[in-house]
Amino acid sequence: MGKHKATVAHEFIKGLWDENPVLISLLGLCPALAVTNSAINGLAMGLATTFVVTSSSIIISSLRKVIPHQVRIASYIVIIATFVTVADRFMAAFYPAISKALGPYVPLIVVNCLILGRQEAFASKNPVGRSLLDALGMGLGFLMVLFTLGTIREILGSGTFLTYQVLGDWFHPWLVMVLPPGAFLALGLLIGLSNWINDQRAKA
Amino acid sequence: MSTSARMIVVLTLIVTISGGVLSSWDSYTAPKIQQHRLVELRTAIADVLPEHDRYDELTLPAQTLYVGRNAAGEPVGIAFIAKGSGFQGVISIMVGVGMDFSGLTGIKVLEQIETPGLGTKIVSDPAHKANPSWFPEQFVGVQTEPEITVIKNRPPAAKTEVQAITGATISSRAVVKIINDALRQAKSDYQSSLKQVS
Repeated sequence: MGKHKATVAHEFIKGLWDENPVLISLLGLCPALAVTNSAINGLAMGLATTFVVTSSSIIISSLRKVIPHQVRIASYIVIIATFVTVADRFMAAFYPAISKALGPYVPLIVVNCLILGRQEAFASKNPVGRSLLDALGMGLGFLMVLFTLGTIREILGSGTFLTYQVLGDWFHPWLVMVLPPGAFLALGLLIGLSNWINDQRAKA
Repeated sequence: MSTSARMIVVLTLIVTISGGVLSSWDSYTAPKIQQHRLVELRTAIADVLPEHDRYDELTLPAQTLYVGRNAAGEPVGIAFIAKGSGFQGVISIMVGVGMDFSGLTGIKVLEQIETPGLGTKIVSDPAHKANPSWFPEQFVGVQTEPEITVIKNRPPAAKTEVQAITGATISSRAVVKIINDALRQAKSDYQSSLKQVS
C-alpha cells in the first residue's frame, strides 16, 4: 500500500525535476526560448501550457479506450487545439496586455511537443487520476523553468522583476539578455547547472 | 462496428463537440475582446487628438478616418492608423493631425516588434529618466509640409524635423516614413471624399 502510494506521488514529482520537460527532455524549447524575455510572460506561458496539458490529459485518458488507434493523433490534436483556443480567447478577453505580449505563441501551444508527447506516452495508457498528476507535474515543471528563465532574463536584461525596478541606476541593462541570444545563453547555463546538480547527486 | 466506421464516428463526435465548445466559448469572450479593442482605439484617439470630445468614423474605401470634434461639435482634427515596415516587423501608429493636415497633434505607436532596448524607444525610452516618451512627443506640433524629416546629431532646426533615436536610426526613419506616406494617402482620401459630398 505504502509503495503504491509512493509511485502515484512519483507521477507528479517526476515532471518537476527528474523528467523535467525542458531541462531533461528538451521539449517545448520554442516557447521556452521565445517568450521568456520577462518573468510575467514566462509565467503566463507556463500557466497556459499547464492548463492545456492537464485538461487534454484528463479528456484523452478518459477516452483512451474509445479512440481507435489509427486516428489517435488526429483526435489528440483536435482536443489539444480546442483547449489552446479556449486559453487563447480567455487571455485575450481578460488579460489583453499579456495576450498581446505573447502574440502568436499562445496558438502555437498546439504544436508544443511536450503536450502531444504526454498524451502519446502517458495519458493514452494510464487511468485518469495518474494522467492528471503526470500532466500537472509536467506542466508545473515547464512553468518553473519558464518563470526562472524569464526572471533571469528580465533582471539582467531590463533591471526589473515583474516590471518593478530591482537593480539601481548603477546597473546598465545587458540588452542581449532580452534578445534571442540571451535566451540561448540563459537556457544553456540553466541546463548545465541542472546537469551539474544531477551529477553531484549521482556521486553522493 | 467495423474499425473504419468506428474511426469515422469517434473522430466526427470529437470534432463536433470541440466545435460546440468553442462556439459557445467564443460567444462569451468575443464581446469582451471587442470591448478591449474599442477602449484601446478610444484611448489612442484621445492621446493623439487631445482637444477632441468625441469622434465620428468616416469610412472611406481605402481606410477609416476618425474625425475628432470638440464639445461644440466643431471638427478639431483627424486621426487615422498608419501602418508600414519597421526594422523587424510591421509598425502601426495612430496619427493625429489638424483639419488642414499641416500640423501633427500627436502620435501613438499601437504595435511594433522592434529591437528591445533600441527600437522600442519609439514607444518609450526608460534610460531617458526626465521624459521616457521624448521620441513620440517630438511629433506634437511638427509641420508636415513638404514632409517630416529625420535628423541626427543636432537639435531640430526647422518645424518639420524630428531627432532620430541613437542606435535606432532605422526604426526612427521607419516611423517618419510610415507617417509621411499615410498622411499623404489620408489627405487625398479625405479631400476626395469632401468633393463627392459637395
